[in-house]
Amino acid sequence: MAGMRFGRAARRYGWTVAVYALLAVLMVTTIIIKPDYGAFEWNTLTLAALPLAFAAAAQTMVVLSGGIDLSVGPLMALANVLALRAMLGHDLNYSLGVALIVLLEVTLAGALNGAIIVLTRVPDIVVTLATSFIWAGLALLVLAKPTPGIPLDVQNLAQGSALSPWVPNALLLLLVVPLVWIPLRRSRAGLAIYAVGSDRNAAFRSGVNLGLSRVLAYSVGGFFAACGGLALSMTTGVGSPLAGTYYTLSAVSAIVLGGVSLAGGRGGILGVVAAAYILSLIPAVFIYLGIDPNYGQMIQGVLIVIVVMIGGLGAVLRRV
Amino acid sequence: MAADPKDTPVTDSAGLLEASGLVKHFGPVVALRSADLRVRGGEIHALMGANGAGKSTLVKILTGALTADAGTITLGGRTRSFHTTSEARKAGLVCVYQDPSLLPDLTVLQNLKLTATPLSTFKRYLVELGLEGFDLQTMPRELARPTLSLLDLARALAIEPQLLLLDEITASLPADLTVRVFNVARQLRAEGRSVIFISHRLAEVSALCDRATVLRDGKTVGVVEPAQGGEERIVKLMLGPVADLVAAEAASPTAPATGAVAVEVRNLKAGTLNDVTFTLRFGEVLGVAALEGQGQQELFDCLAGVRRPEAGQIVVGGKARTFRHPADAIRAGMVLIPADRLQALLRQRSVRENIALPLVSRFSRWGPINPRREKRQVEKAVKRLQIDTRVQSEVRRLSGGNQQKVGIARWLVGGFQTLLCFDPTRGIDIGTKRQIYGLVKELAANGSAVLLFTSELPEIQLACNRVMVLFGGNLVDEMPAAEADEQALLRAAHGLPAEADVEREA
Repeated sequence: MAGMRFGRAARRYGWTVAVYALLAVLMVTTIIIKPDYGAFEWNTLTLAALPLAFAAAAQTMVVLSGGIDLSVGPLMALANVLALRAMLGHDLNYSLGVALIVLLEVTLAGALNGAIIVLTRVPDIVVTLATSFIWAGLALLVLAKPTPGIPLDVQNLAQGSALSPWVPNALLLLLVVPLVWIPLRRSRAGLAIYAVGSDRNAAFRSGVNLGLSRVLAYSVGGFFAACGGLALSMTTGVGSPLAGTYYTLSAVSAIVLGGVSLAGGRGGILGVVAAAYILSLIPAVFIYLGIDPNYGQMIQGVLIVIVVMIGGLGAVLRRV
Repeated sequence: MAADPKDTPVTDSAGLLEASGLVKHFGPVVALRSADLRVRGGEIHALMGANGAGKSTLVKILTGALTADAGTITLGGRTRSFHTTSEARKAGLVCVYQDPSLLPDLTVLQNLKLTATPLSTFKRYLVELGLEGFDLQTMPRELARPTLSLLDLARALAIEPQLLLLDEITASLPADLTVRVFNVARQLRAEGRSVIFISHRLAEVSALCDRATVLRDGKTVGVVEPAQGGEERIVKLMLGPVADLVAAEAASPTAPATGAVAVEVRNLKAGTLNDVTFTLRFGEVLGVAALEGQGQQELFDCLAGVRRPEAGQIVVGGKARTFRHPADAIRAGMVLIPADRLQALLRQRSVRENIALPLVSRFSRWGPINPRREKRQVEKAVKRLQIDTRVQSEVRRLSGGNQQKVGIARWLVGGFQTLLCFDPTRGIDIGTKRQIYGLVKELAANGSAVLLFTSELPEIQLACNRVMVLFGGNLVDEMPAAEADEQALLRAAHGLPAEADVEREA
């Protein structure tokens, strides 16, 4: 009985545990390569991983509901430039108010993505491709070129280490993800998001409101994308209309590595966060090794294929 | 039973559910012309009809999945029109479908939470369905289909519905579990609640139901009491003018064949299947009878090249073969008709393309296909099988029976020596079913060999010359079709020796 329970837990959470183990192995490797790895390097890593982790969380929400969002990057850029325009030359309290409004605006943009998909029945990949151009264009209208000027107090919210040098603020900010995720995962609304991604027909018969659940997934996705945009503002101090471009596809890499099924309905967000750290750590390792970090990109690609292959192998072995 | 006072049934003779004059169009296609259905309180009511008669449309309208274009529905004296399934649920009307509606990626407990199902009543019904001590943390993905059906039923029962619809739930259930479902249905009736029962198995309908409403071409054509010799009337009503034609086709069981050996299976082992040896001859239909999961799936998978056996030999045409891929089996003349039609068909492609698929490799290995030759052959097969080609642009829009015919037509055109039919009539109406059996017999008479598994034991005699029975992965019995009546097969399929009395089956 206990053995059966363990087997089931291993099947269900195995991937997440494995992703964290992989991250641990990479960290140890890094410390071996660079014996003077210290709080500063750790802080740099958490700063680099923060926007990606939020982008991946945004994509996870949408993919779990059986969709895809190609506008995650542009949504982040939109949040980023809106924040810069409104915060420029203001104090901390005013800027925090701005941050709240930006969160709201970009969450609504995400909801709009979902609403268009549900109402027009145009495939999600087409709608979000189209809206990705719209959000990117809006970002350019708000701010034509990269501009520094995020207030220092705001930047320090992410860049400092208030508790201890080994607990950077960037790591603490990431707590937003489980704070939103865990209650959602346990609510009926969260179950409904999994349900529509898992089997739409069965979800419908179970009385799930398909349209509303999908819009909810895109809205929460929008919220996380907004967090990612604000994270960009805080970690770089710059507002840049093109800042998000890299994140759309990197987020997809992170969720695949993190164990979310691209077919929807399966996986969780916590593994995805670890995957974002892994993807941010690889280029750093190459820099420490003195190798052109562009090789790191190739390694990322190889890593994704290998990891997914191993996962697929596991599934095949179980079936036989 | 500890039912709340508010759960006391509405048992006035006026009827619990009255649906009259229901009409539903899908574009130019009329699914329902004028459907009437009256269900009394405390009644088990069958809904019968051939495929395409409008049963599923009617069920969808009743449960709120679709809205009728015209007509009225009253439930418990109030006129209702449900727009979502949860509205219907709240009004005490739930449906359990042939394919279970539990979400595969949520635990059973999460599934219950999703539908706001009360846990205590759910657990009580689990016990009644024989699943006490079931672990609610299990993922439906990991469960067998019959268990899923029972869980789905228990979930529906847990909200104490006034009217329960069972839409072909018994199609995927073995006989012992069917008995449990029947008991629960009778218990609901005793409590004054009602059940609408849909099944293609007439024997089940006459054993369980008080009355039956028959649909044909989207119209209610009669209400029959199946118990009092009404079975034949139901068949006639369902089939309409073609009834006599079909009756002629279902002839008596045929004698054992003595053709050359087509396939010899020696000591085959794979999964549940444990050391099975038999011979299949040209010119015969060899039936396989078994309860759920006795190794029949593994047997067919091995023969069709879907799976590799762990031990044993498959000898085709005098040579031992190793099938590494279904293509190897097809080349050896062994072709599979699976139970789930859509496993074999390209659902979004046309009837013609689906039939011509195996031809592509024969006409030309490389280069373009000769469209005129392809068309001629395909049309011949379509005509021979009487495939309804009104909606031929996409196979997924055809009815189940017509889809299965497309699957068979493909091999008629493609050519084969041995046809492996794995439950080919699952969920298909009686008329089409008999057509398929007739065709299978005809193919054998013309010199092919056919291996046929069907989950519906009474039908084995309709098509087979000889029957073998699998139990626990072993071949436990073999008999000529003339002796293979339902009772003999049931006994053997439960692993009982032929002499023993059958005490349990009723």
